[in-house]
Amino acid sequence: MRRAARMACLLAGVACAHSAWAAQPATELAAIPGGTFDTILPPAEKLKVATVRPFRMDRRTVSNADFARFVSERPEWRRDRVARVFADESYLNHWQSHNAPGAGIEAQPVTQVSWFAAKAYCEARNARLPTWYEWEFVSAASASAADARTDPQWRQTILEWYARPATEALPPAGSTAPNYYGVRDMHGVVWEWVLDLGSMMVSADNREQGDPDVKRFCGTGALSLEQKDNYAMLMRIATLSSMQANYTSSTMGFRCVTGPEATP
Amino acid sequence: MKNWISIAAALLLVACGQQTASTTSAPTDTGGSLKGDFGPPQGEPVNAVLTDPPSVPPATGRHAPAKVIVELEVKEVEREIADGVKYTFWTFGGTVPGKFIRVRQGDTVEFHLKNHPSSKMPHNIDLHGVTGPGGGAASSFTAPGHQSQFTFKALNQGLYVYHCATAPVGMHVANGMYGLILIEPPEGLSPVDHEFYVMQGDFYTVGKYREKGVQAFDMQKAIDENPTYVLFNGAESALTGPNALKAKTGQRIRMFVGNGGPNLVSSFHVIGEIFDKVQQEGGTHPQENVQTTLIPAGGAVTVEFHTEVPGNYILVDHSIFRAFNKGALAILEVSGDLRADIYSGKQVDETYLGDKVANMAPVTAAAAASAAGNLTKDQQIKAGEVLFKGTCSACHQEDGKGLPNVFPPLAGSDYLLKNPQRGIDAALNGLNGPVTVNGATFNSVMPPMSQLNDDEIANILTYVLNSWGNDGGVVTSKQVQTTRASTKRPEGAAH
Repeated sequence: MRRAARMACLLAGVACAHSAWAAQPATELAAIPGGTFDTILPPAEKLKVATVRPFRMDRRTVSNADFARFVSERPEWRRDRVARVFADESYLNHWQSHNAPGAGIEAQPVTQVSWFAAKAYCEARNARLPTWYEWEFVSAASASAADARTDPQWRQTILEWYARPATEALPPAGSTAPNYYGVRDMHGVVWEWVLDLGSMMVSADNREQGDPDVKRFCGTGALSLEQKDNYAMLMRIATLSSMQANYTSSTMGFRCVTGPEATP
Repeated sequence: MKNWISIAAALLLVACGQQTASTTSAPTDTGGSLKGDFGPPQGEPVNAVLTDPPSVPPATGRHAPAKVIVELEVKEVEREIADGVKYTFWTFGGTVPGKFIRVRQGDTVEFHLKNHPSSKMPHNIDLHGVTGPGGGAASSFTAPGHQSQFTFKALNQGLYVYHCATAPVGMHVANGMYGLILIEPPEGLSPVDHEFYVMQGDFYTVGKYREKGVQAFDMQKAIDENPTYVLFNGAESALTGPNALKAKTGQRIRMFVGNGGPNLVSSFHVIGEIFDKVQQEGGTHPQENVQTTLIPAGGAVTVEFHTEVPGNYILVDHSIFRAFNKGALAILEVSGDLRADIYSGKQVDETYLGDKVANMAPVTAAAAASAAGNLTKDQQIKAGEVLFKGTCSACHQEDGKGLPNVFPPLAGSDYLLKNPQRGIDAALNGLNGPVTVNGATFNSVMPPMSQLNDDEIANILTYVLNSWGNDGGVVTSKQVQTTRASTKRPEGAAH
């Protein structure tokens, strides 16, 4: 998988050098001040906080129309050409054709995209996927507070997304209310890819907490989930950890950020 | 103790010599997983028959270990949890509980878990009948639009719960992700006339019990273990009304009853029956003559009984508020000939005043006024109220609203108000078979109340016609008398 990731970078990087479109961000980015916060995924056994440096984040999720422009510039990411190692059989299978989403869904967040494809898209824009901590930092905000995670009302609002079946049509990207940072769509629309997906090795059987088989974990070490009553976040982590980098799903989208990566 | 073990071992060794296990009586000790491996699978792989509740797949009928392929699809579906109340269930196979799986001890089960592309969540499965870490959970962790496979050998016989074990586990279970797998003993189960699949679960919604509309999962209620609904088979009407379980008198019934939880323990009881045999979990030493049996969350029980007397038998969690205020109620309809030698029905029902003579004063006053020929409507209503509370409210409730799916309402009842004569008929002759009241169908049995005299029935019906917003009217003693004279009482009716 690591080799595959490097190959994707290479491919995307080569393509990037020849693109005029790549310099144009699809959305105006919001400035995120960064800071230190309590994370649901502690970076180390005794360290419950994570630090993110200032960065800029897309104000909305990437739409089908955005992704269609990318695909027309980078035909190697068309569904009929993409290598299986980078995207599974369901990649962009909801589009009308190889390079057009079809009427009615252009404005919706793009889904059925693999982590490799999302990463290549952001890199083509001279941007990158957010890290989990960056995503988590911004997602903690409500409309009025930078960290609303202990607000029961805020939690319930997020949980209500899960009470609706995924067969409903997605709302247009950017149509939800902006949060504290002016960023939209963080909750209630789609799951989002994060850059460090490969290090989110939560046990597939989360009841093993406290007695993890250490050999199965690498990178960030044995993770133990904090904030066990924050179901909205637990589900996001569970979903991300179920996905391989070439997987796609009807509820997994993404957005991009710019700036140096956070170092916890 | 040590002596006992060596005796047991000796017995087992003897049993080993005749390993074909063609014995009809269960051995005293099955030896558990140590004796559960009958060698590699034989013959062609078999596709497991999976059934939706309340159906149970047929017996495997196999006498040798097989390779059994189970394909189970996870689907997130919105459906009714109660009348007019919708909830998004996460399901194994589209139903709550999930599909029933039936294999034989010693079988090698190749398990395929498919997560439908429209799912929002990743899911997995932990089968309590699996020997191995996590019961299959880690091996079956599956993203939306993907499938995974793992294989296990069913070493222990018994009835086992399976459930989803993806974080947050409690929420996946609370949304309906559980079911039962039966691992038959090598000799199979004894033949019965009906096998049913029933599973209890507790549900947590933001809105109150029966609050209409789409209801979301309430995390705090779940953590507080304060359910909004406690249900058999995932919906209030899953096993009532037209969906009631059906059997005849003189039949052997076996119920596989599980409890998915996530929180509550069930005190499972069938009103009017006694379990001849109860096997807890995989137990091979059944308990006999059981009234109420405890089913732990994440546990299961096999109950068997024989039907003798026709009628409706109500399955409840005998933590009884759950049955009448949270939905834990199901019905087994048994049809057949009356058996008055076993159960007579009501033989005597007469006024017993005790020290409450004063309460009966309106009835006495009305009777006197009727005899004198100067009975007023107001007297009738006052007398009717006392009689109603003593006789009718047990089923139709004091507020006249009845019980959904079981006892029809009298308050605002189009059935009654359109034609009050129906009230006279029902009171005198009882009511048997389906009736539609305010758009809902009821199929219960009302016994004849012909032990009440004409005055009393007239007074009760007049009270009913003038209560709870009903628009008035008077039923006279004469009308009741005419009906009584012109209809034949069903056989066995109370006098």
